Amino acid sequence: MRGGLRNKMPEQASDIRNKNFDEVALGYSLETAIDEAQRCLNCKNPKCVQGCPVNVDIPDFISALKDSRLEDAVKILKAKNTLPAVCGRVCPQESQCEKNCILAIKSESVAIGRLERFVADYARENALDTLEENPVEKKNVKVAIVGSGPSGLTAAGDLAKMGYDVTIFEALHSPGGVLMYGIPQFRLPKEIVQHEINQLRALGVQIMPNVIIGRTFTINELFEEEGFSAVYIGTGAGLPHFMHIEGENLNGVYSANEFLTRVNLMRSYQFPKVATPVYVGKRVAVVGAGNVAMDAARTAKRLGAEKVYIVYRRSEEEMPARKEEIGHAREEGIEFRLLNNPTRIIGNEKGWVTGMECVKMELGEPDASGRRSPVKIEGSEYLLDVDMVVMSIGQGPNPLIKATTPDLATNKYGNITSDDVGRTSIPGVFAGGDIVTGAATVISAMGAGKKAAMAIDNYLTEKQKANL
Amino acid sequence: MAKIIQKTELAPQVYEFVVAAPLVAHKCQPGQFVMIRTDEQSERIPLTIADFDRLQGTITMIVQAVGNTTKHLCETYGEGDDILDIAGPLGRPSHIENFGTVICVGGGIGVAPVYPIARALKAAGNKVISIIGARSADLLIFKDKMDSVSDELIITTDDGSCGRKGFVTQPLKEILETGQKPGLVLAIGPVIMMRNVSETTRPFQVHTIASLNTIMVDGTGMCGGCRVRVGQDNMFACVDGPEFDAHLVDFANLVQRQQMYKDKESLEYGCGGHCRCVED
Ligand SMILES: Cc1cc2nc3c(=O)[nH]c(=O)nc-3n(C[C@H](O)[C@H](O)[C@H](O)COP(=O)(O)OP(=O)(O)OC[C@H]3O[C@@H](n4cnc5c(N)ncnc54)[C@H](O)[C@@H]3O)c2cc1C
Ligand SMILES: Cc1cc2nc3c(=O)[nH]c(=O)nc-3n(C[C@H](O)[C@H](O)[C@H](O)COP(=O)(O)OP(=O)(O)OC[C@H]3O[C@@H](n4cnc5c(N)ncnc54)[C@H](O)[C@@H]3O)c2cc1C
Ligand code: SF4
Ligand code: SF4
Ligand code: FES
Repeated sequence: MRGGLRNKMPEQASDIRNKNFDEVALGYSLETAIDEAQRCLNCKNPKCVQGCPVNVDIPDFISALKDSRLEDAVKILKAKNTLPAVCGRVCPQESQCEKNCILAIKSESVAIGRLERFVADYARENALDTLEENPVEKKNVKVAIVGSGPSGLTAAGDLAKMGYDVTIFEALHSPGGVLMYGIPQFRLPKEIVQHEINQLRALGVQIMPNVIIGRTFTINELFEEEGFSAVYIGTGAGLPHFMHIEGENLNGVYSANEFLTRVNLMRSYQFPKVATPVYVGKRVAVVGAGNVAMDAARTAKRLGAEKVYIVYRRSEEEMPARKEEIGHAREEGIEFRLLNNPTRIIGNEKGWVTGMECVKMELGEPDASGRRSPVKIEGSEYLLDVDMVVMSIGQGPNPLIKATTPDLATNKYGNITSDDVGRTSIPGVFAGGDIVTGAATVISAMGAGKKAAMAIDNYLTEKQKANL
Repeated sequence: MAKIIQKTELAPQVYEFVVAAPLVAHKCQPGQFVMIRTDEQSERIPLTIADFDRLQGTITMIVQAVGNTTKHLCETYGEGDDILDIAGPLGRPSHIENFGTVICVGGGIGVAPVYPIARALKAAGNKVISIIGARSADLLIFKDKMDSVSDELIITTDDGSCGRKGFVTQPLKEILETGQKPGLVLAIGPVIMMRNVSETTRPFQVHTIASLNTIMVDGTGMCGGCRVRVGQDNMFACVDGPEFDAHLVDFANLVQRQQMYKDKESLEYGCGGHCRCVED
């Protein structure tokens, strides 16, 4: 045991990185990683594990790392988490595994996420994670996965390892879901996502891009015509919300999804070498304060915006983004206008944004849930001088599958209803991730995919027994 | 990947592509479109499915070279070449029923997407009156195809080089003034034309549908870039449309939003960035 504070993450300097799309956090060196691993007490009853939605065997992988058994470390990690290089980078560790770490009581928690990232990166760079030929017996039973986000990828990987014949259908041209189109390169390099996806391909998972379930095939047709025995729906929360205020259809107003998709999936930061353009104003307001908003704000800054505001109606404490990203955004020069709410967007005669009217807010009395909700301060309207606005106030479920699958039960928001292992109202149809929970986290979507893979296996095994 | 089986020049800068896209051909309905990406550097652009052959597994797209991606496709892709991505079918299919009499109005290359809808309306028992127009005779496409599915075909050209001289709205207005009340007027073409058709039918209170060509990115309802104001609502053209009640569409907002990248795209040195003459 080493004691003391956690090791700092080496990072690109803030005034350099806010002009490029290279990764911000550079990763631990082997020495630093081993040093950090030595802080772990290897608890008998590790609280950290309970904080992780997929229960990664944290003390075990850290012990292996400490003893320089990196091949073991990555195996232990991958047993529970198929995408450790991703989770090590984007999990909100401070509210999950690290929050529970025993060291956090008196000092700083073990930097679990950073160690997870280190092990996964080391394994990738040194080809330690090429899956050994695992000659599972093929079951010759077809399972369809709809959507290739973290939830679908996890379910696909687990089912393939069990011997199922797995096909992923993805609406876009490139698999990965939000990992590809939403989270920017500077936080999650796309090469890492593609490496993980290639591992699935090596397991025999088929990926069919450009197929929109509900249009190219309905869920029903997957069973009746395409010969699938079970379907997992992991279509995410991809429908952007708008505020329904005046001026939202002006040129220069984006949803965060559109702005980030143009930049990440379509790589418009390389325009005109690639053909997709993106507009970036000189003065940008991003409305909202989640991870999506931070990503949009930092992306706008990198694309040359001089001034970027985060406009959020609640206070510092309620900001839903990862702490680390809020810190990074501040360091990069993003200005926070907290307790501010837009009331309308103003444009010129050509239909371009020239400003956004905001009203100041204060925290009112605690409501039933105990949370103090913001109320507007009458007469405090003022004009924020901006020429671009990015709406980042949340996403809902895409209605396409619901609309074409009449028996599929959903809640009033349109999220698919499923039980704790992912069973929906239709036998053989399972669902999980953001399409069920609403916009949540990568790791919770993966957890749902994992549980559903087991439930699908149970369902198909039972069904086969019944048919014998 | 989708192989180009056949490529035909229909008019200056207008090409017909027949491509192998069995999954799309298997399922598509009149009124739907695909999103295509020609190559790794390409934009995703929407193109209407102008025809399909379920047995051969092919779809037909009519492309007008107006900007970077469409020019790149028309100028450099030929028979035997592969289009990198074709996703679809997308959008809601046209609503087909027996309305009695329908008037199908197509302008410019908008005639192409009108064709499969007119054909389906005809098959559903409608009396189909078609009005198709273009700037001049050489720009007029799908004349014979439209003729084959119409009970009556009226042609207009701006310069009078084919059919009547003038715009499609003139014969439309004359028909409505005779007191005939068609169950549906369908308009596909340039925004100005669709708006004018809408204004022509409005006083006669004839149900009118327009197919909107907004700028799109994903085409699956994920980005909201295709949003248009329709009545009190903001609709996503790719999933809620592309067809909407023309009398409710805010055409001015549509035109404004189509201009969003005008300056940027002319910045591409006319090469579409595909020649790699521009550095990062
Ligand atoms: C910008 C941004 C930043 C984020 N940052 C973080 C972070 O730092 N940490 C964190 O934990 N979480 C973060 N999140 C949230 C996290 O990314 C999501 O919770 C997670 O990706 C959900 O996974 P999923 O598999 O359920 O769906 P998604 O990742 O949304 O994937 C769904 C996939 O399904 C496809 N699809 C949809 N409909 C169909 C259909 N009908 N047919 C075929 N395919 C379809 C979509 O194209 C998509 O590829 C962020 C989200 C965004 C948008
Ligand atoms: C549902 C739908 C179906 C369509 N079907 C067809 C079709 O069958 N055949 C066909 O040729 N075109 C069709 N279009 C239009 C086609 O998608 C655009 O012409 C194309 O995206 C332009 O791309 P570009 O890179 O060639 O031009 P760009 O370089 O992107 O743009 C050239 C100019 O056109 C404007 N523009 C960009 N996108 C559009 C648009 N969607 N509509 C109008 N102007 C635009 C730009 O602002 C610019 O001024 C359809 C559009 C939609 C939404
Ligand atoms: S997956 Fe996420 S929550 Fe679990 S241990 Fe890793 S970083 Fe922590
Ligand atoms: S709680 Fe902290 S110290 Fe204990 S095993 Fe987990 S990471 Fe190590
Ligand atoms: S094109 Fe993205 S939502 Fe319609």
